Amino acid sequence: MRTVIFRFTAPYLTALMVLFSIFVLLRGHNDPGGGFIGGLIAASALAIYGIACGVGPVRRALYFHPMAISAAGLVAAVVAGIFSVFAGTGFMTGLWVFPTLFGTEVALSTPMLFDIGVYLVVVGGISSIALALEERESD
Amino acid sequence: MEATLSLVVGCLFAVALYLILSKHIIRMLLGVVLLSNAVNILIFTAGRVASVAPPLVPEGAGAPLSAVANPLPQALILTAIVISFSFFAFLLVLAYRAYQDLGTDDTDRMRVAEPENDGLPPLGY
Amino acid sequence: MLKAEAMVHGAFSPADFLVIAPVAVCFLFGAVLLMARKRVEWHPFVAIPGFALVLGIDVALLLKVAADGPQTMMMGNWRPPFGIAFTVDMLGALFAATAGFVALCAAIYATFSMSRTERRYGFFPFLFLMMGGVSGAFLTGDIFNLYVWFEVLLIGSFGLLILGSEHEQLDGATKYSFLNLVATTLFLITTGYLYGLFGTLNMADIAQKAGRFENDGALLTIALLYLVAFGMKAAAFPLNFWLPASYHTPRFVVSALFAGLLTKVGVYALIRVLLMLFPPQHADLATLISWVAILTMLAGALGALAQSDLRRLLNYFVIAGIGTIFAGLAVTDPGSGAAPAVVAGAAQAAGTITAATGDAAAAAPLLAQHPGAMVVALSGAVFYALHSIVVMTALYLAGGTAARLSGSSSLFAMGGLWRQRPGLAALMLVFLLSVSGLPPFSGFWPKVILVRGAFQAGLPLLGAVILLTGFLMTVASARVFAFAFWRNPPERGAGTDGASFPPQKEPVPLLSMLPLLMLAVFVVIAGILPQWLVGLTDVAARGVVDPAAYVGSVFGGGS
Repeated sequence: MRTVIFRFTAPYLTALMVLFSIFVLLRGHNDPGGGFIGGLIAASALAIYGIACGVGPVRRALYFHPMAISAAGLVAAVVAGIFSVFAGTGFMTGLWVFPTLFGTEVALSTPMLFDIGVYLVVVGGISSIALALEERESD
Repeated sequence: MEATLSLVVGCLFAVALYLILSKHIIRMLLGVVLLSNAVNILIFTAGRVASVAPPLVPEGAGAPLSAVANPLPQALILTAIVISFSFFAFLLVLAYRAYQDLGTDDTDRMRVAEPENDGLPPLGY
Repeated sequence: MLKAEAMVHGAFSPADFLVIAPVAVCFLFGAVLLMARKRVEWHPFVAIPGFALVLGIDVALLLKVAADGPQTMMMGNWRPPFGIAFTVDMLGALFAATAGFVALCAAIYATFSMSRTERRYGFFPFLFLMMGGVSGAFLTGDIFNLYVWFEVLLIGSFGLLILGSEHEQLDGATKYSFLNLVATTLFLITTGYLYGLFGTLNMADIAQKAGRFENDGALLTIALLYLVAFGMKAAAFPLNFWLPASYHTPRFVVSALFAGLLTKVGVYALIRVLLMLFPPQHADLATLISWVAILTMLAGALGALAQSDLRRLLNYFVIAGIGTIFAGLAVTDPGSGAAPAVVAGAAQAAGTITAATGDAAAAAPLLAQHPGAMVVALSGAVFYALHSIVVMTALYLAGGTAARLSGSSSLFAMGGLWRQRPGLAALMLVFLLSVSGLPPFSGFWPKVILVRGAFQAGLPLLGAVILLTGFLMTVASARVFAFAFWRNPPERGAGTDGASFPPQKEPVPLLSMLPLLMLAVFVVIAGILPQWLVGLTDVAARGVVDPAAYVGSVFGGGS
């Protein structure tokens, strides 16, 4: 699998796919997309990088262990629900704020936080399984 | 439409069951995957198939203006897909490890946890 | 149809969040521990307070339910039939509280018995994940959500099962995973049919609408499929073979939790779905369930008698216990095949619960008056399930300690533990007597209630088999105690399987006896003072037989 062409294109492809996955994640509230599908795109990007350049570089590039990323996502998802305790509404109620940053109104919400959590859980979980499988192949 | 889909679900169930009855883990795995896909179509069919508008509420309105498709089966299917996907990934790794470590994917020969010649318990004190 | 007002209005006080808190706390702690995966030595110091917190929340929830009746919280403030409901009644609260107690004991035991490398694989995070799933299954009021929690606890249990990745574990995990996955898929299939028929997944809503479909073949099919799916999860007789193939392979603590909790989740789901949602279909299936119960009890008891390995013997004890619980589910009220009137659910104020038979019955202790046989038997079944959760966990933990002390779990190789550790032997004796159903321990009273309910309902065979199973389990328990504890240690090499491996004895710190002591306190108190527990399980059984209060809690406007 490790042809020169593949190894040369893989980093660019990975970067592009991760960028696209974040785009898919953020448009997910009103349009097709969302945390799960974005996470899958990012995880497959990492898997491609792993196939091309080996598992070690992927782990170095991720810096955090995939399971830790997953756990961070879980925390984000639970925290998104806990906000509703302070608002005095039912658990997981969508809460929105619209701060203005640099002259643009930015919509921030707990559903978005939850979606980011899902994204991280999927990226962490799937890429740890994919890396485990790739690692064994190269042994 | 529902009748056709029911037939498809039935065929998928039959194939999945046949595969799950196999002794080999990899076939069972494929059977489980097929089964979960069949379930997704089943839920989709159970939610009634009709060609109506997508369930979107126009801006300013409090409710959809005309009859819309049922969004719930899609939410259920999405959840089921996510779960079955993660299970498939896990089972794949597990089956691979089991094959590597036990040297077989024949469930009849996987007798490490339950040895075949397990003697009688102590009969006298 | 769809009104603009799809949201619930009204403020929530922090106390209302008790309904959801066990799940949220479990996930939060699990995730934080997973993030700190390098600092394994800190894990117990976070995990034990975490489980204590979960137990505290569960107990607070139980008290709240006991005082105010079933509690409901709608996710995302959506109105009842549309949103996902978390509804807790006495049944769910009792199971959740017992699960929290057992998990705390297991966490303490794990702290003192697991080596650092064993914890490195992530024991505590997976334990929290599994407990989150278990709590969610006990607390949810939505049937699809129940499926999701089943899968969550399954993922957690997979992680725990292969902790260490030994050959034996991979073998056991493969069988466990496939069988459980097929069972949950069957659950999902049935839920798909149910949705097609009812157009709703909210359990309270289904309970309201089920009366309209009386004597419908489709409903009977659904009920039967649920029986198969949950029977598989609970390891009832023809579908029980995955349990003895896998439960003895993981670490002792993990086996203990699995044996205590996971099969009981299946039992809980069966009670919730079959008995509460489909009472007429349950009445039709009662004969089938009673045969399943009889065969499960016999399979468990005879299987236990045939084992020479302590852990595998305990596997069969779990199955026998499941059979006994099923015996309680096989009893129906003669002549009351029709569903109790639950349509006027909202009229029932939360907290006042009437018996199914129509007698006005306050929540008084059992045996004082004559409620329907179904309530009696169900109350006994719930009591037995709670007893079984505690005592099976305790047996595996005590058995694990004994096996570590003697370096083997084979009855041929064990021995002399009475002299070596009299305290452990005494605790083991308590648990063995309790699991056999002998007084004065917790297994006695539920069996009395179950036998009484079986005879009252005109099922003498069922009652007789419960008693026979008790006798056979006493024989198996006596063998365990006589061989592993009472006799002198066998001479090295005399055992038949001693040739293959030299026994490696491991030291066992005294502090790991603390959780055993906690569990024994429950066993003794539930045996000597059963009234308080029977009072609670009685309320739980009445709430299942007549779910008016449950329905009222969901549709009566929030909480």
